[in-house]
Amino acid sequence: MRELLDDIDRWRGEGRRVALCRVVDLEGSGPRLPGAAMAVSDRGEVSGSVSGGCVEGAVVEEALAMLQGDQGARMVRYGISDDDAFAVGLTCGGTIHLLVAPLDW
Amino acid sequence: MSGLYQALSGALRLGHPAALATTVEGPRVGATLLVRPGADPIGSLGDDELDRVVSRDALAALAVGRTGIRHYGPHGEARQEGVTVFVDAFAPPPRMVIFGAVDFTAALVRVAVLLGYRVTVCDPRSAFATPHRFPQANEVVVEWPERHLERVGAGLGPRDAVCVLTHDPKFDVPAIVAALRTGVGYLGAMGSRRTHARRLEALHALGVTDRDLERLMAPIGLDLGARTPEETAVAIAAEVIARGAGRPVPGLRDRSGPIH
Repeated sequence: MRELLDDIDRWRGEGRRVALCRVVDLEGSGPRLPGAAMAVSDRGEVSGSVSGGCVEGAVVEEALAMLQGDQGARMVRYGISDDDAFAVGLTCGGTIHLLVAPLDW
Repeated sequence: MSGLYQALSGALRLGHPAALATTVEGPRVGATLLVRPGADPIGSLGDDELDRVVSRDALAALAVGRTGIRHYGPHGEARQEGVTVFVDAFAPPPRMVIFGAVDFTAALVRVAVLLGYRVTVCDPRSAFATPHRFPQANEVVVEWPERHLERVGAGLGPRDAVCVLTHDPKFDVPAIVAALRTGVGYLGAMGSRRTHARRLEALHALGVTDRDLERLMAPIGLDLGARTPEETAVAIAAEVIARGAGRPVPGLRDRSGPIH
């Protein structure tokens, strides 16, 4: 979270809306621990990460859809299959639970 | 905009402790409460009693640096379901105090900074303990180890580490005795097996028990075959990580034979 502050401050200073995506729970093993965070601006700019690179693309789409649709916070879940994990060089087979929420506070 | 983000980013930038509680399951997903020791909470999860219980639990989570989810009833009842809260604990960085301003110290400072420690180098010899020699250390202190621990020892806890690299019984025996009186989570001391055998005699003579010494990792570090200061720093850091995670990885302490 700490590493996101400069980008978030800049985006908010420019009047952008921001989504905060955070790993809140893991089943089995996962690349990043709970607390790993990524911020997405409504222009599609990205800061931080929530995995080893395997789910970031999908999370950005989720965050943009939420900001554009003016929707509230939601939980999303990604299973990291062994095949996918192998493809990006990870050895996990777990599931990560993410909260995607507008940073409106 | 409730000022919650400003308060959170202010605390994070200053390295002050803060915990952010967010409802992730229940009637108000996304509701947020910021908790800081000694300050009023900001925000709300939507129920006064839930806020009170979560504030208390978040402060406890902060003390041990534990981030994770917790389950409550709608009004904060324990052992009930209905509301799941994610508590993100932003604890201040753990501390590493390194006694001895030697070449191994410079390498260990770099590795400890990489791992997120706030690092203090302490040595009573002013010629060696200079910020110039340890530019990455947060603090370089010219002081006797036991004096330093008298000042800061009470603030050391399970997430912190003390590494004694002086190699000289005159410095390291009092440093170990003083460190054993603190609640520091990791304590290790450098030195060959022969050095350590002599050091153990001196420690026993001062009344240190074998039970006390179970906390002391010496010779310090995992048995990686490390030779250079940099390799040794990695072996020490690896042992700090393993001990902190409760993994029974054998260290140099658990082997016999030469260290390198």
